[in-house]
Amino acid sequence: MTILVIAEHDNNEIKGATLNAVAAAQAIGSDVDILVAGANCSAAADAAAKISGINKVLVADNTAYEFMLAENVAPLVAELAANYSHVLVPATTNGKNVIPRVGALLDVQPISDISAVISEDTFQRPFYAGNIVATVQSNDSIKVMTVRTTAFDPVAEEGGSATIEAVSAVHDAGVSEYKGEEVAKSDRPELTAADVIVSGGRGMQNGENFELLYKVADKLGAAVGASRAAVDAGFVPNEMQVGQTGKIVAPGLYIAVGISGAIQHLAGMKDSKVIVAINKDEDAPIFQVADYGLVADLFKALPELDEAL
Amino acid sequence: MKILVAVKRVADYNVKVRAKSDNTGPDLANVKMAINPFCEIAVEEAVRLKEKGIATEIVVVSIGPQAAQEQVRTALALGADRGILVTTDADLESLAVAKCLKAVCDNEKPDVVLLGKQAIDGDNNHTGQMLGALTGWAQATFASELNIDGGSATVVREVDAGLQTIEIKLPAIVTADLRLNEPRYASLPNIMKAKKKTIDSTTPADLGVDVVPRTTLLKAEPPAERQAGIKVEDVAQLVDKLKNEAKVIS
Repeated sequence: MTILVIAEHDNNEIKGATLNAVAAAQAIGSDVDILVAGANCSAAADAAAKISGINKVLVADNTAYEFMLAENVAPLVAELAANYSHVLVPATTNGKNVIPRVGALLDVQPISDISAVISEDTFQRPFYAGNIVATVQSNDSIKVMTVRTTAFDPVAEEGGSATIEAVSAVHDAGVSEYKGEEVAKSDRPELTAADVIVSGGRGMQNGENFELLYKVADKLGAAVGASRAAVDAGFVPNEMQVGQTGKIVAPGLYIAVGISGAIQHLAGMKDSKVIVAINKDEDAPIFQVADYGLVADLFKALPELDEAL
Repeated sequence: MKILVAVKRVADYNVKVRAKSDNTGPDLANVKMAINPFCEIAVEEAVRLKEKGIATEIVVVSIGPQAAQEQVRTALALGADRGILVTTDADLESLAVAKCLKAVCDNEKPDVVLLGKQAIDGDNNHTGQMLGALTGWAQATFASELNIDGGSATVVREVDAGLQTIEIKLPAIVTADLRLNEPRYASLPNIMKAKKKTIDSTTPADLGVDVVPRTTLLKAEPPAERQAGIKVEDVAQLVDKLKNEAKVIS
C-alpha cells in the first residue's frame, strides 16, 4: 500500500493545504509519496522533500504542467497511479478540477472531501451541505479522493528528507491554454489558512460597508470572508465566499456579521472553534451555532468593536 | 452550434435534508424537489448563447427517476429546444452519470456541454470533469464568464486565489459557477410551449452503460451538533468573553 499525494504549489512554494492532505494520507498508511507537477518547479520539489514523513517526491517538470491544466495533469496522474493504492489531493479548486478527471481515466469512482479515515478503504465525508456525514466504502482497486483540509491537522513542513525523482512523462493534450490570472492582492491572511476570520453577509448592505469589517479584521490579523448572499449581491468577489460551494474554513475564531446563517453558509464554517454572531435579528439561525451572540445593529457594533480592540 | 445541457433533480436548496433515523441514507420522503441551482445557471447560459445567435439548438438531458421529467420540462420552459431523459431508479454515482452523458454526446455530437459545477445533494463536484476525461475534450470548470468565438472559447474561472482565464478548443465541457449569470424565471407562455416540446426517453442499459456502484454507503448520520452558546449584552462584554473566557484574542 503506497499513497500518492498531489501537491498544491505555485512552482516555488508548497501551499499549506498539501500538509493537510499528507496528514490524511498518513492516516491511511505510512508509505507516502508526493507528486509535484509544474514547470521550473524544483524549488517546490525541494520544499516537498522536507515535509515530515514523505518517502519520495516525484517531479514532473514541464511547461505542459505549469498551470495545472486538468487535460494535461490528469493523464500524468492516471499513469503514475498504477503504482499506488490511493491518490489524494487537497480539495482546493485545483484539486477539485483535476481529480475527477483522473478518476474517470482510471475507471474509478472518486470520493470528494473526505473528513475522516476509517480504514484503508472506508472514509467519511459530508454531503447535503454538511447536514449528513456519510461513511463510504470504496470497492475500486485504486482509491482516488479529495481531502477536506480543515478536517486534518497539517503535518510538519520541515524535518523530512525524501528522495527526489524526476518523472519524464509529458502529456500535452493541446486543447487548453492558460491566459492569465486576476489575483486579489491583500496583506491579510488567506481565508483557508487564517486563525481568525471576520465575515460579512447581506446585512452589510453594500461593498463599501465591508470597510468596517476590514478595519476590525486588521486589528485581529484576520482574513475577511463573506456569505453567498453578499457575493450574489455583488458586494465582494467570489473568492471571499465561505460555504457549501465556496471555501470551507475552520479557524480558531469566526465572527459572522450580518449573516443570517443559511444552511449553505453554515456548511462552510460550523467547524470553527469559536463562533461569534452579530446580527440585529435575534431569531437569525446563525445564533443557534454561535458561542457568543450579540443582537445589535452592526453599523453601531462594528465601530465599537474596532474601538475596543 | 449545438449545446447539450445536463440537469439534475435534487432536494430544493431551502430544505435541510436530514439522515434517516436508521442511518441508511438521506431522508427524502415528502421533500420538495427542484432543478439543481448550478444546473439552472447552465441552462440559462445556453439560452443566452442561443439569443446571441451563437447556439442553434439546445438539448437538455437529465439522468434520474421518471419524475426528473419535471426538471427537464423546467429547462424546456427556460428555452431549451428538446429533452432527453435517461431513466433509472438507482441513485447513480458520478462515474455512471458521466458514462451516460458520454453516450448521449456520442449520439448528439454537441459542440459545448454545459453542466453545473456541483449538485447540492451529493456535493461531489465530479461530473463535468469526468465527462471531460471520457470524451477527451477540454474542460473549463467553475466558469464565471464564457465567450465562444468560432472553434474555441475563452472562459473565466473562479479559483481559490481569484479569477483565472483559459482558452479551450471546442468541443468542450463547461461547468457553471454562481456568477456566470442570474437565471430568468420561466414565463407562463413559455411553460405552456414547453409542454409541447419532445422529451426522448432512454435508459442506461439502452446506452450500454454499466451502472454497478463502486462505493457502498455504510452509514449516513447527522453531524455532531454544536451547542448554541450565550447572548452577550454589548460589545464590551463580547470582547471580555473572547479575551478571558474563550481566550481567542489577546
